[in-house]
Amino acid sequence: MQTKVENNKAWFLVMPVFLIVAFSAIIPLMTVVNYSVQDIFDPYTRYFVGTEWFKQVMLDSRLHEALLRQFLYSFTILAIEVPLGICVALMMPTKGRGASLALILVAIPLLIPWNVVGTIWQIFGRADIGLFGAFMNGLGMDYNYSSNPTDAWFTVVLMDVWHWTPLIALLCYSGLRAIPEVYYQAARIDQASRWAVFRYIQLPKLANVLVIGMLLRFMDSFMIYTEPFVLTGGGPGSSTTFLSQSLVQQAIGQFDLGPAAAFSLVYFLIILLVCWVFYTTIMNMQKDK
Amino acid sequence: MTHSSTPISQKEQAPVHSQAERKARNATLRGRFGLVFYVVLLLLPIYWLVNMSFKTNTEILSGLSFFPADFTLENYAKIFSDSTWYMGYLNSILYVSMNMVISLLVALPAAYAFSRYKFIGDKHMFFWLLSNRMAPPAVFLLPFFQLYSSVGLFDTHIAVALAHCIFTVPLAVWILEGFMSGVPREIDETAYIDGYSFPKFFVRIFIPLIRSGIGVTAFFCFMFSWVELLLARTLTSVDAKPIAAIMTRTVSASGMDWGLLAAAGVLTILPGMLVIYFVRNHVAKGFALGRV
Repeated sequence: MQTKVENNKAWFLVMPVFLIVAFSAIIPLMTVVNYSVQDIFDPYTRYFVGTEWFKQVMLDSRLHEALLRQFLYSFTILAIEVPLGICVALMMPTKGRGASLALILVAIPLLIPWNVVGTIWQIFGRADIGLFGAFMNGLGMDYNYSSNPTDAWFTVVLMDVWHWTPLIALLCYSGLRAIPEVYYQAARIDQASRWAVFRYIQLPKLANVLVIGMLLRFMDSFMIYTEPFVLTGGGPGSSTTFLSQSLVQQAIGQFDLGPAAAFSLVYFLIILLVCWVFYTTIMNMQKDK
Repeated sequence: MTHSSTPISQKEQAPVHSQAERKARNATLRGRFGLVFYVVLLLLPIYWLVNMSFKTNTEILSGLSFFPADFTLENYAKIFSDSTWYMGYLNSILYVSMNMVISLLVALPAAYAFSRYKFIGDKHMFFWLLSNRMAPPAVFLLPFFQLYSSVGLFDTHIAVALAHCIFTVPLAVWILEGFMSGVPREIDETAYIDGYSFPKFFVRIFIPLIRSGIGVTAFFCFMFSWVELLLARTLTSVDAKPIAAIMTRTVSASGMDWGLLAAAGVLTILPGMLVIYFVRNHVAKGFALGRV
């Protein structure tokens, strides 16, 4: 950090990135801001309405429910994926061909297009043609993700766990590999138990990657759209409609531009806040290193 | 005396030693078993998709089986013979490649600037880039549609490529910055003393040094652009429609064409599986925005 040279000409190097991202980010964002304070009937008839849409959005009970559902969902998947990911990472071999193979196999779900993830689970969970659905029904449960809200929730959570636990596992695995062998030797001399090794050697070293993993998972699950859309379409009813989906319904389904734009801004501010926490945390962690 | 004492001391030591060893070996064995169990569960849904893609629709609907009884390549043949299907793959590959090239070209100099220089607003800029990676695409959906329509880019590959830049460029900058910070600054200084100009140094010396980093970044730009559907679908209608959107065509009046859907799904998984081998040691780094 201290060795960096002060040079404002570096801005010329950053300029292309700034321009290209600004084109795709700032212009649309300003359009959203523009919509959020106007009532638009057609391109030529529009009225300035001030903060009316924001008031409406803040009081909209459907959005409150979607927000609540969203938080519940994000915390549920974090609570499952983080411990599971750590376990998987601990089980992965560290050397040889097995290590490469394990890495590749575990990473596969991460490389599947998101709508195909939805499709896979749509097929897998059906009672008539899917193994999982048939298995659940075989156990005597009346499992049907498209008509029963509990089953739909269960399937959406299971899908996310299937899809994203590998991310936590891979991050933890790379964190574990960074622990010097000497630490383990010292633990062996002290005859430390397996739990003690985990608690006092591995877990502290994993803190860095876990913060990154948890925040990435939180952010990404907070903007989840495609997978539940393909799997359940937000239903049954609106039991699996998360924030992104209710936004898309409002903006494109009903074409309520004003409220949708106000909603977008509130949504974006929440994300920005979490993002800032994320950024400050990892930047501080790097400073400590 | 010595002759008899050796076996005793061995006898005394042997159980302690082997017990610890057995314990460790059991733990590893349990770990291997658990891992295999997890991987099998992980691959089962994918296997089911592959299995289904080789079945006829009548077989799929007539019952569950782990192997196709009536093995058929018909579903794949249908995709490769119908231009509306395989053009979807070409469209996807085309905009993904464009995106990859654009992202790398703009991210390389920027990442160098972030890793080497301090300048006004550098930290804010870095944060702003990150915030774009975290922006929910749903927020930008409608404005994107209007923006690209108004500049006449709607339904072109470049529109999707540019839209995807919103999250691949920040990713590329972050990953590359991580790799570049690992290159000692002395190399830059030596090159400048030797009379290299900046562009010449950058292309001749610096880029070869971070070759693997560029490869990894390219892979992740490819990956994140490949898996995204929402923006790609919104910005295209016919000419540049991605495969992911074409897949929804399998729903027809006569019911779902499950076999075809499965085959199309399998084909979208393949590219990722083909290249993951090359970046296996950097997978974590890429998915964590280069911060591991």
